[in-house]
Amino acid sequence: MKLPGGHRWNAAGLVGGAGAALLVAFLVLPIAALLWSTGWRDVVAGLGDRLALAALLLSGLTTASSLVVVVLLGTPLAWTLARRGGGLARALGTIVQLPIVVPPAVSGLALLLAFGRRGLLGPWLASLGLSLPFTTAAVVLAEVFVSAPFYVMAAAAAFRRVDPALLTVARSLGAGPARTFFRVAVPLSLPGLATGAALSWSRALGEFGATLMFAGNLTGRTQTLPLAIYTAMEVDLRPAKAMAVLLVAVAFALLLLVSRGTQVLTPADHALRPT
Amino acid sequence: MLSARLDARRGSLRLSLELEAGPGPLAIIGPNGSGKSTLLLAVLGALPGVRGTLSLGGEILLDSGRQLFTPIEERRIAYVPQDYGLFPHLTVQANVAFGLPQLPADQRAERVRRALDDVGIGQLGERLPGQLSGGERQRVALARALAIRPRAILLDEPLAALDAPTQVRVRAFLAERLRRLAVPALVVTHDTADVLALGGPLLVLESGRVAQRGSPEAVRAGPVTAFARAFWSGEPL
Repeated sequence: MKLPGGHRWNAAGLVGGAGAALLVAFLVLPIAALLWSTGWRDVVAGLGDRLALAALLLSGLTTASSLVVVVLLGTPLAWTLARRGGGLARALGTIVQLPIVVPPAVSGLALLLAFGRRGLLGPWLASLGLSLPFTTAAVVLAEVFVSAPFYVMAAAAAFRRVDPALLTVARSLGAGPARTFFRVAVPLSLPGLATGAALSWSRALGEFGATLMFAGNLTGRTQTLPLAIYTAMEVDLRPAKAMAVLLVAVAFALLLLVSRGTQVLTPADHALRPT
Repeated sequence: MLSARLDARRGSLRLSLELEAGPGPLAIIGPNGSGKSTLLLAVLGALPGVRGTLSLGGEILLDSGRQLFTPIEERRIAYVPQDYGLFPHLTVQANVAFGLPQLPADQRAERVRRALDDVGIGQLGERLPGQLSGGERQRVALARALAIRPRAILLDEPLAALDAPTQVRVRAFLAERLRRLAVPALVVTHDTADVLALGGPLLVLESGRVAQRGSPEAVRAGPVTAFARAFWSGEPL
């Protein structure tokens, strides 16, 4: 059968279309169910819960801290990865991505084996009077571990798109490496850096497994929103649903921001096109 | 006076040449891959691992034997790459001001204004590079290069990206400006009209070496490479 739009329908197309529709429905249904079963009043009341409030504050604090660490340490690393070729840089790029593919529970165990009381650095940390596991600092470490790769990879990709001739020109105009970086490379990469920061932050916000293993589940100290949802489920579903709706809203807002950001915030691409 | 003895590698190319350039334009021609752009980057200091010597106005900028190397940002050699290298996120004014951070704000604004007026685009200061025509962008790049009062200037195919009528206008303007500047100006080009307009000596590169050097007339009368012969005969290069 030939339709006016020029599409040719056949059995394979129909089966494929039905399969696609089924998958979309399956992806949307759980979120829809969550939103359907949670009214505005549930959200307000649920977030007023003692557990939820503490988790919200802790998640805000720890993800803000981990984002600062990731951006401060990740930006120079991304710059190095982008500017250097060769086997070492490629190997480094692969190593940095490891936490993306390692299961979170494995990350948690690995963090314990490195920074735990009886871990690799445990005795040294103890000699400094530090004990990391089951502290808020451990939450931040777990978040940095799982979220840093998202920022570093996005930032490195953004830095690679900067025309090297612009950097050479900046140097020829008297700018040292630092001024060239901050006045030319960073502004031109800003959309990519912002996208990376958003992805990284959302990964940190959703972090569950590594945090549970390495930092535990202590209300007000290590119990972030995902852990609080898990805990609340056993007592009262309302705060759990409220926190879940909040996380969905944040995730959706970030998704919009990132997709808009990559389309709109690219002055370099527009400006370089001849008019 | 710029004098250089340079030995450098870039990809599969080995650049190995001696070069003397007095005040005014020096046109550089040669086939693709003969080392024209590489020569500019080596003089600029933007190419890693360059060996040899380079001096400009009596000051030694490179002497690999004595481990002397002046970094790009301290050479005060202006560079205009093929696509002009304007910073797309900065206005025309900010592009020109980029090389003048050491000046107080009022002097800097004055220098920028004069630089833009000097190339005839004083009214375009607030625009972004993306809002300019090719010829205008060329002029901004030139204004920005001249604003730092360079001791030498390097231009890589300055007219290649322009349409033919604009080329004619900008060519005469550029040649006049470079002669007036009176510092060594190395101009890579593919166009006989550029060579004639610049009115200076001509350097023919071949496989990273200087194949011939002389006045355009002399090279035209006795070209030593197939490229130089084709260049003047108007054959497609």
